[in-house]
Order: sequence, then structure tokens, then C-alpha cells
Amino acid sequence: MRPVSIVSFAQSGGRVDVEETETQMLYPVVSEAIERSGIPRQEIGFTCSGSADYLAGAPFAFVGNLEATGAWPPISESHVEMDGAWALYEAWVRLQHGDVDVALVFSSGISSRGNLREVLCLQNDPYYLMPLWADHVSLAALQARAYLDASGAKESDLAEVASRSRRNALSNPNALLSGEQGPDELLAEPYVVSPLRASDCPPVTDGAAAAILVAGDRAREVCDRPAWIRGIDHRIDPHYIGVRDLSRSESARVAAQHAGVGDAPVEVAELAAAFSHEELILREALGLGDEVEINPSGGALVSNPMMVSGLTRIGEAFRQINENGRHRAVGHAASGPCLQQNLVCVLEGD
Amino acid sequence: MAERCAVIGVGQTHHTKVRDDVSLAGLLREASVRALEDAEMTWRDIDAVVIGTAPDSFEGVMMPELYLADALGAAGKPIMRVHTAGSVGGSTAIVAAHLVQSGVRERVLTVAFEKQSEGDTTWGLSGGRSGGVGAGGYFAPHIRAYIERSKAPEYVGWMVAVKDRKNALKNPYAHLKVPDITLEMVRDSPMVWEPVRRLESCPASDGACAMVLTNEAGGDRAEVPAWVHGTAIRSELGQFPGRDPVNPKGGQDCAADVYAQAGITDPKNDFDVVECYVPFSWYEPMWMENLGFAPIGDGWKMTEEGETEMDGALPVNASGGVLSSNPIGASGMLRFAEAALQVRGLAGEHQIDGVRTALGHAYGGASQFFAMWVLRSTKP
Repeated sequence: MRPVSIVSFAQSGGRVDVEETETQMLYPVVSEAIERSGIPRQEIGFTCSGSADYLAGAPFAFVGNLEATGAWPPISESHVEMDGAWALYEAWVRLQHGDVDVALVFSSGISSRGNLREVLCLQNDPYYLMPLWADHVSLAALQARAYLDASGAKESDLAEVASRSRRNALSNPNALLSGEQGPDELLAEPYVVSPLRASDCPPVTDGAAAAILVAGDRAREVCDRPAWIRGIDHRIDPHYIGVRDLSRSESARVAAQHAGVGDAPVEVAELAAAFSHEELILREALGLGDEVEINPSGGALVSNPMMVSGLTRIGEAFRQINENGRHRAVGHAASGPCLQQNLVCVLEGD
Repeated sequence: MAERCAVIGVGQTHHTKVRDDVSLAGLLREASVRALEDAEMTWRDIDAVVIGTAPDSFEGVMMPELYLADALGAAGKPIMRVHTAGSVGGSTAIVAAHLVQSGVRERVLTVAFEKQSEGDTTWGLSGGRSGGVGAGGYFAPHIRAYIERSKAPEYVGWMVAVKDRKNALKNPYAHLKVPDITLEMVRDSPMVWEPVRRLESCPASDGACAMVLTNEAGGDRAEVPAWVHGTAIRSELGQFPGRDPVNPKGGQDCAADVYAQAGITDPKNDFDVVECYVPFSWYEPMWMENLGFAPIGDGWKMTEEGETEMDGALPVNASGGVLSSNPIGASGMLRFAEAALQVRGLAGEHQIDGVRTALGHAYGGASQFFAMWVLRSTKP
């Protein structure tokens, strides 16, 4: 594979009830990512974005987002109706061809304009599941229960995850939630859907993120510490939760294996665990031991812009290498009910 | 480029107004199974799946790759979902081709679809609650501008409609079939969006199209592969002063890019057949100019002189095209897949003799998204 690295990343920060359009929210983020890279806009050879029409409540919503990048003269550009992490994957594939050296990846989502617990029901099988209006929080609660039953973990273990995530978020200006709340305090909250409390669930979040990818040695010319993509892979599980072992994530395990997570020690991982139990399931699936720092940003539990959260995790893993001098980091993205689809990206410094 | 890429399997459904005998998943499986059979493969042989469709709201399923994973044998594998408006069928095939050409995957199944009968696509195409004019209403002014500029006689639009509808009679999968079609019938059909008449418009179809793409080793093993010689995509903003939506620069640049990759220097002579995205009749002469097959202002003369007929110098849409079948998300992939069938000599009754080089073309949005590929019977 041709070596490809991330050389810059920008994010809007976790927000909610934004008043601007998605395009307005994206524009400064895309501009910042490009400016930070120091690469002239016209040298971007491929652009790929991720978003979802259903969050915007309008068909072809992504078309307007093109305005955030500019597209004149016309650009080589594609779009996935997926988290921006998959747009990053497509850009990585495109950079393997050798004719293009610089790619722009971005994604955006305004979740607060609709009711996510209604909207995400539309991800379910339209004939047999959707009419039940099984919302994503209730489905996550089923998975949490299955995990607790199978692993012997307790609700206090979930609260530990939530407490640490909020504490980590204190040093992350982009997090929507943060605070010093111990597990006991969080356990005193009522259930949203048993066994999940509000602190076990992600906040409704709006946001945008963008990254610049560069192939080959040019990365070192434009960036002091590029983060090299050493492995990236994504897998999906069956849709029907009745045919899956919800207490584990087979697709995350396989993706991690193909991405080479276990080939060398991992220092830090940013996991798109939108619910507290998902972090525990993902740690097992990715084979991350206690020595691995998880979600120093606070993760998706404190800031979860749909379609952006996964790309942000990869961006935060990049920052750990680029700004904090770490050597090997993992970024993860997920999609669908109960962690149905997972992407794993292994980044390394020079 | 790490790897060569070949199309070794093509499948499609019988496109029709309402496929209420199958679910959404059933529709995709029908096309996919046919593509796998053509490729002499089973689900097990596939490394990755790439699907494409127009807006999710057309069927009411958000990010349908999640629901479709089981039916497409994708569990445990990678699956992606592309959405680039009307060009999506083409750009989905290109994402699949890139997975192979990059060396990341060896055997990729790509599927594009639309089940228009499960939703209200005209409402969706009109911008949903914002209440727009629909695709025909949007494109009609561009068509009027083309006629005004080129001074083309109005019967040229009717001629395209008659040609594509006659071609569709030779394609068992085509949706709209009007056996006794004449210029007079088109002329006398109701005016829908001036100057577009009903019989000059595409139908609303349920349908899916699938292809199996492989690396060079897979292409070498196949009896009749179609080799990918070039792929290109271009996007431009839909509206700004100075943009020409009649002859968009994005289309010109996309064609120039894909021709350069494939060594096409004289497009009209170098291609043996073209499958081009023509949802309204006048887009044939418009795209003939945009794609460099005719000088600006002369595209309509190719139609008038019969050059785009099946026995003409450059047959265009021998399959009947989008005018005859329009499962929106799949319409672009059908152009790419029909180009593959022609190169492989497997197009049946609408096969053009001796095709060695073919162009697949798709466009979308406000004539702002373009996807193209060039296929040949020989290796790059």
C-alpha cells in the first residue's frame, strides 16, 4: 500500500441547536483544515464527504455542502451517506492510485433539528422492525443488558466509563458535556431505558469535521508530525439483532484484526462508543488492555454529532500523535443500531 | 495504479412501475444473483460490497446498507453506501472499481437500486416540503436554452424518443415499451414541461443493477471480461453566475479526464457504442456536444442524421436508456453495465456488432455531478 497520512484536522466543536445551515457550519471547518495543512486548495486532487439526508430532513441535502469546499473549476468529488470516517476510507483508497497526492475529507450533521429517537428508527428493516419504532436508545439498552449479563460487569462499571469520559472532556474545548461527577453520583440518576442512564447515553450534538490526507513523502514537508495510516478496515454485522451475540462485536474484532491493531502496542484509542457499555464491548473486540488510554477527548459519550463522530475520533487520534507526541493510536467509527458496523484505523507517528 | 480491473458479471432486474412481489432486499438480491451467476461466483467469493442509491427518503430507509447487509451477504465484510444524486449509479461503480484498482480488494460486488413505488420520488425530487418543480421542471429551461442556441428543429426531441423506445423493444429488462411508437405519437403526447412532452420523459421505475468487478487475475479467468480503461468523476456547484448548465464544464472536464486515461483522441470514431444518461429526449444532443462527439451547436444533427441509431455511426443507448427505464439510483449503473454488456458481446438483441470500446455516462443534481468510465474488450 502507498503510505498515506493525516496532516491536518479541524472540527466545529460539539454544539447543539445551531442556527446556521449545515454549509455555514462546515465552511470555517473545511477552511481551517486546508489552511492548517498549508497546501493550496487547488492542489487537492480528491474530495470526499459524509452526511445523511435524514438528519437534514431534505433529500439531496449533501449537494449544498459542496459550497463549503468550492468546486470551480469542477473538482473530483464523491459522497457517502455514512459517517465521515468512511469518506476518509474512500479517500485513502483513492490515494492508492498514485495519480493524486492530496485529499480533503469532511462530514457534517445537525442532529438537533429532528428527533433522533424517531429518525434513527428508519435505519431498521422497513418491513419488520421499523413499524415497531424500536429506537436506538432502547436497542442500545438491550445490548447493554446482554453485555452485563454475559460479562458479569455491573452498572457501576458503566458509570465509571461515563464519569471518566466527562472528566476527560474537561480538557477538551470541543466537548459538549464535561464535569467532575463520580460514578456514585451518576448511579443516582434515573434510568432512561434500563440499564442505561442519561450519562450512559450521548448528548444530541451538531457538528462538522474535516481532515487533509497526503500520500507519500510530501506529508513530512507540510506537517511536523504526520499520522500515518498503517491500517484501516471496516466490517458489518447482520442487521437483525436476534441473530447476533449482542454482548460482543464481531465486526469490530475483524476490522481491528485486518487493520493490524494488535501488531504493536497501542498507546491511546479514540472509540466511537456512543453508549457507555459500547466502550467496554469495543475494548474487548479491539483487544485493548488496561494500559491503553481510552478517549482522552471524552469520546462520543460527551459529544456525538451524527455522521461526524467517527471522523472526529480519527481526528482526535491524529491529534494525539501530532500534538501530544504519541506514537501509535487507534481511531474507531461505528454506524447502525447496536454497533452494527465498525471501522478501525491505526495511526502511527514517524 | 496497483491493479487492473475487469467487469466479469452483470445483472439487472426487469424494471417496471411496481415490483410489489419483492421487498427492497429481494430486488437487490435479484440483480446481485444474476451478476454473480454471470461471473460464475457465489456470495462467498465476494470481498466487499458497494451500494448506491438516490436519497434515502425515496424509499424511507435511512442508510439502507445497514438493513441490506444480510441480504447482500455482507455480514463480516466491508460494505459502503455512495450517494451522489443522479450520477450515483456511475460513481458507485467507480468506487467499486477503485477498491480493486487500489489493490485493497480483489472481488467486489456493486449494486445500485431504486424502488420508487415505495415512496414518492416526485415529491422528493421537488425538494420535499420546500415544494419545488421536480426534475423535468428543473431541466426544461436548460433544454429551451439549448434549442434556442442551437436552432435545433423541435422534431429532434421526438426522434430521440422514438429511437430509444424502439431500442427498448429489443431489451427484455426495459420498463416502458411502446411497440407502435411514431414521431406523431410523441408530438401528440401531452406537454409536461414545455418543451418536454410526456413520451420524451423517463418513467418512474423499480429496479436494480449489479456488477461483479475483479482484479486482473479474475479478469483473465473470465470468459468475456470488460476491462476498465478509465474512470472519472467531476462535481461543480449547481448555481452561480457564469455557470453554463446547458454545456457544463464538469461534464467536459470529466470526459477529457476519462478520455486521456483511455487514450481516446477522436471520441466519435474511437467509441463503438455509448450509454448516456438521457432522462429527457433533448439530453441526447446536449450530451453529444458536452462529451465532444459533435461541435457545439451540432449535437442535434447526429440525431437527425440517424448517427445515434443502432445502425448509425455511433449508437447511443441501444438498451433504450433512461428514457425507457429509470430506477433513479440504478440508472447510472445501468449505463455503466450496458456498456459492459456491449463490450462483452452479451447484450442480446440490442447488441451492436463488433464493439471493442464503450462509454458509460451518468449525471446528476443540477447537471453538476458527472461519472464516466471507458471499457474495452482488451486489457489496458
